[in-house]
Amino acid sequence: MKYVIGVLSEDKPGVLSRIAALIARRGYNVESLSVGHSHIEGISRFTMVVEGDERVVDQIVKQLDKLIEIVEVRNLSQAPYVERWIMLIKVSAPLEIRPHVLQTAEAFRGKAVDVGGDALVFEVTGDKGKVEAFLSAMRPFGILEVASSGAVAMQRVGFEGKVSGRCEEYELKLA
Amino acid sequence: MRLTGAQMIIKALEEEAVETVFGYPGGTVIPLYDALYDSKIRHVLMRHEQAVGHAADGYARVRGKPGVCFVTSGPGATNIVTPLASAYMDSIPVVVIAGQVATKVMGTDAFQEADIFGCSMSMVKHSFLVKSASEIPKAVRGAFYIATTGRPGPVLIVLPVDVQNEEGEFVYPPKLEFPGYHPERNEDLTMWGDVVEAINKAERPLLLLGGGVIHSRASAAFSSFIDEFRMPVATTLMGKGAYPEGNFLSLGMAGMHGRPAANRAILEADLVIGVGTRFSDRTTGRATRFAPNAKIIHIDVDPAEINKNIRASHFLIGDAGKIISSLHREIKARDRSTWLKDIEKFKQEELCDDDSSYITPRVLLMSLRKMVEPQQIVSTEVGQNQMWAALHWQVKFPGTFLSSGGLGTMGYGLPAAIGAAFALLDRPVLCISGDGSFLMNVQELETCVRYNLPVKLIVINNSSLGMVRQWQELFWNERYSATNEAPSRSLVEIARGFGVKGYRIERSHEISSTLQMALSQEGPTLVECIVPTKEKVFPMVPPGGGMDEMILEA
Repeated sequence: MKYVIGVLSEDKPGVLSRIAALIARRGYNVESLSVGHSHIEGISRFTMVVEGDERVVDQIVKQLDKLIEIVEVRNLSQAPYVERWIMLIKVSAPLEIRPHVLQTAEAFRGKAVDVGGDALVFEVTGDKGKVEAFLSAMRPFGILEVASSGAVAMQRVGFEGKVSGRCEEYELKLA
Repeated sequence: MRLTGAQMIIKALEEEAVETVFGYPGGTVIPLYDALYDSKIRHVLMRHEQAVGHAADGYARVRGKPGVCFVTSGPGATNIVTPLASAYMDSIPVVVIAGQVATKVMGTDAFQEADIFGCSMSMVKHSFLVKSASEIPKAVRGAFYIATTGRPGPVLIVLPVDVQNEEGEFVYPPKLEFPGYHPERNEDLTMWGDVVEAINKAERPLLLLGGGVIHSRASAAFSSFIDEFRMPVATTLMGKGAYPEGNFLSLGMAGMHGRPAANRAILEADLVIGVGTRFSDRTTGRATRFAPNAKIIHIDVDPAEINKNIRASHFLIGDAGKIISSLHREIKARDRSTWLKDIEKFKQEELCDDDSSYITPRVLLMSLRKMVEPQQIVSTEVGQNQMWAALHWQVKFPGTFLSSGGLGTMGYGLPAAIGAAFALLDRPVLCISGDGSFLMNVQELETCVRYNLPVKLIVINNSSLGMVRQWQELFWNERYSATNEAPSRSLVEIARGFGVKGYRIERSHEISSTLQMALSQEGPTLVECIVPTKEKVFPMVPPGGGMDEMILEA
């Protein structure tokens, strides 16, 4: 089964390596890992999609939590959450079939962000299912290149549950 | 106060009340050593950085304070990776300060540059890469705080040479806040009621004590719990001494080379209370066949240990001493005389007679044990010598048995004994060794002589790399690949070359008098004791097997 884990960590050099080293050493199966800013200055947010059983995920969460710079780890899959992937896809689209390509993309609300002589670049956003379906729909036209973000996710409003509060506390201290 | 980075390190160590540093100088720590020159901190020069790290480990275990190391960049730093990994596995507080090439050349493959920060990441509790002198006070304060709180462990500070020369304002932070490190908040007692009920209900309970009990200095609390409720106790290798061995309720070490009574009690128990133990594979044998009739209560300070190796029926997270003292007040006494009779029977049945036609390690170690005080500190090397010591050396006090448990590092024992000698000042330290391990850090005999340390080495020489040889004999059709390699010189001769008095035991009747002679000398001595190559460690649970498959003899 797949689980989505949200991690808030201090934004310091080496944190990404530490997380990567831990995942590699303990042999965890990570499908995607993305990192960016959080709402708190100096704190980054990692979103990780991992494959495994409940016991494995329990271990990942606890082992990550032991890293000194990691402030909070949450298994987002325990409650409803919003998950988004962003993907850029370069599709072969010679003029004679271009309307078909655009029409297909339209069905997925794929947005053309670059137009060239022989190809188009689309941007598509959604959960993993939608992004993958878009990829399948484009395949017959000829996919030239793909760049994908991996998942970014957060708990749905009202389902944050019992939060450790560590991050909020840190935020207050900063203020 | 304006200081250089190097002076800041020394000042910060003084603030942490560090008395002794183990180290080895080199190009990128010359400023640090220059600042040390003016300090009252004692520096112990070892002869290899691996020994530096193990000495600090041994010192920490005995002194109850972090062991501190100085090493240079590159090879100095990579040589200390093994001690870092050893200390990490055994949860020992060690603070390593490693030099590094100047910040402006880092990443250019400069002379003696190695990415020690990167390559040690999964073997330290935490590490700091200090990029400016102003970060030093916080890094040192943080290193000591992290190394000693929660589940202890090693911390590395990487200190580029230009940062050591940089001047800055020294302000030592009184208290540090790490947004992501609050070990005191890990406490979880939600299953308290279930734990109390399970213990009260148990007819055949067994305590399994690990190194965590020793780290939390909880032995006294455990002893009063055990003695009042009359529950038998087994330990892990790291837990030896958590409860006095030799007492009626003590079954000794359990596991792959555990005492038969301890393993049988685990198989028969209806409740195993594991405290401060990781339930390592060497302790449990095949996990699915561990304690088949028992519920398992797991008490540990580290939440990540719960359900990692063994599924616990109930768990408590927190300090072992605090928890056992609180449990003590809530547990009801009950009659478990049938179980205690079984325990007595298990212990009776493991008694054995020794064949006296040659020297057995058992007789050697038991004779030695009788000659020294109950508080005697002993370190071991790794391999057969270590397991013989685990089986036959009764540990009466916590923290008096130093052994590389998790990593199984050959070459640990001698430098650890040196570290212990510096922690103890003047009281003798024993090191039980084998011919293989002894030669792995043999250069430290020179350190023993230079400081005239009362380190007494007992080397059990079976002219082979015995533990691997034992596996080859039992499980690999007696194909002794690379293990039947006797040292080409007598160890006594080697010791004498270093200036260490050496003695040799070849026959049983020499044991007492020779050991007595070696122990009565001042300074370092070595006793080489010749045992047959075929001598094996029994009992043994075959690798991958369950505890019920324990072999008692070949």
